[in-house]
Amino acid sequence: MKSLARKTDLYAIAWRLPMLVWQGLFFIGPLVFMVAMSFFLVKNYRMEPAFQFSNWEKVLGRGFFWDSYFLTLWLAVLATCVTSLVAFPASYFLAFKVKDTVRRWAVFFLIIPFFTSYLVRIFAWQVILAQQGVINAGLSFIGLGPFTMLNTKFGTMIGYLTLCLPLAVILQTFSLAQIDKRLVEAAHNLGCGRFRSVFTVVVPLAKTGLVVAAVFCFILSFGDFVAPYYLGGSKPPTLSIMIIDTSKSGQQWPRAAVIAIMMIVTLLTVAFAAIGYAYRKRR
Amino acid sequence: MRDDTVLRWSLRVYTAVIFVFIFAPIAASLVFSFNSDRFPSIPLGTFTTQWYAKAFSNPEVWDAALRSVIVSVSSAVLATIIGFSAAYTDYRYEFFGKKAFLVLALLPPTIPLIIFALATLGWLSMFQASGMMISVIIAHTVLCAPFAMAVIRLRLNQMDPNLEPAAWNLGASEWVTMKSVVLPFTRPSIAAALCLTAAVSFDEFAVAWFVSGLNKTVPVMILEILTGNIDPQINAIGTAVFMVSITLVVIAQVLIMGRRPKPESA
Repeated sequence: MKSLARKTDLYAIAWRLPMLVWQGLFFIGPLVFMVAMSFFLVKNYRMEPAFQFSNWEKVLGRGFFWDSYFLTLWLAVLATCVTSLVAFPASYFLAFKVKDTVRRWAVFFLIIPFFTSYLVRIFAWQVILAQQGVINAGLSFIGLGPFTMLNTKFGTMIGYLTLCLPLAVILQTFSLAQIDKRLVEAAHNLGCGRFRSVFTVVVPLAKTGLVVAAVFCFILSFGDFVAPYYLGGSKPPTLSIMIIDTSKSGQQWPRAAVIAIMMIVTLLTVAFAAIGYAYRKRR
Repeated sequence: MRDDTVLRWSLRVYTAVIFVFIFAPIAASLVFSFNSDRFPSIPLGTFTTQWYAKAFSNPEVWDAALRSVIVSVSSAVLATIIGFSAAYTDYRYEFFGKKAFLVLALLPPTIPLIIFALATLGWLSMFQASGMMISVIIAHTVLCAPFAMAVIRLRLNQMDPNLEPAAWNLGASEWVTMKSVVLPFTRPSIAAALCLTAAVSFDEFAVAWFVSGLNKTVPVMILEILTGNIDPQINAIGTAVFMVSITLVVIAQVLIMGRRPKPESA
């Protein structure tokens, strides 16, 4: 084997390089550059390399930024909880109550929307939820409404659900399906009711997968700008909308970079805390 | 026992409602695209193909469609090459820093698109390389490669680890073994990776919006129409986009599931 290892060097390196070079140049490069960019200056709509803290002071010194920061955080936490709770009964059903074939087809169909134009789906919701839209027209037949759903937090949540729900159901179903069903039956035979066994046996056993699903919901909704913009009315703006406003209309790329770095730091903190919690040994 | 039946049925209905929610926008887009009303509602208007006629007679739509096809095919090919190399490296080798290698290979989809878009715009502008079609291809390749890697890695899992050493013992070099053993074995997953990454690139709008400049792809065009006003043309264009990406994702999944080894042969 030793002589083999020496001979394989060139071959091995050839397979390592494409990913390292490409992601180094076009993934790590841009992100590192963005950190540098946050210290640059903008003069006459042109960015000039510099090492100044003025962008950080301007962005972090404004109450406007922090309002938006906590709004975004709150919306993402809310979306994570809502999506996880809405997804759970369906995942439970797919994991425990159907045949393998049915589960496989369900996952097959859930993967499709995850890879299918999110933008067009949001546009469809815009039409469905409108003041004279399908839902309000339907409700008026039974004498209700009309309800204002567009440009509200409710609209934003519908958007986040559209984005996160398929993935959440897939991840939850996988983690629930891996549970040893005999443990659930054992709890049941020992007199533990269906609902109690869900909370005392099923959820703790599937904890890791459920937390991973929640983390993905958080990441997706924290960074999304389409739902809060087109269904939530964009006012007050979330951080992602702020990045667009700052960089697109104001040409203030350095300030947008500050917002982006604050978002990445937040995401890393939340993700590491959650994954640490998920993998912590139960006593 | 009766409680169980009630529970089972309520869960069944609930799950059906969830699926309706998930597929409602896709179905609505299809229905609205053939509906004469400018602001579709119940009851529906009359059947029409005017939105398709309007959209397809617009040369800008065709330009954008052509660009989208070029971008998604190019990024799919590049991403699949990169994804294959990374997957093969992970399958075959243990080395110092492998964990970091895997993190780098799989991380891009977890970064919010808007942040990656801003970073790429800044980075490429420094080299005067933003605002072109190639800029979008470069960025989409970054985003797509992890998906290609995951799909191909799953297939490599099913390959007998003794298969390659067997070929070497019979005198084949490593490159020959790659060409005549590994590549044929992974071919369905390579095709699946191409389809899946093409779909990801075809639907991506945030990064494309930031770095494409005047070379708008279809999703960027949709985004800009959307910012204006409700325009039923989007339903027609959107339905066409749905058809393309659904077809690609379905083909990818069939290829992945297709040659699953039977349990008893394990």
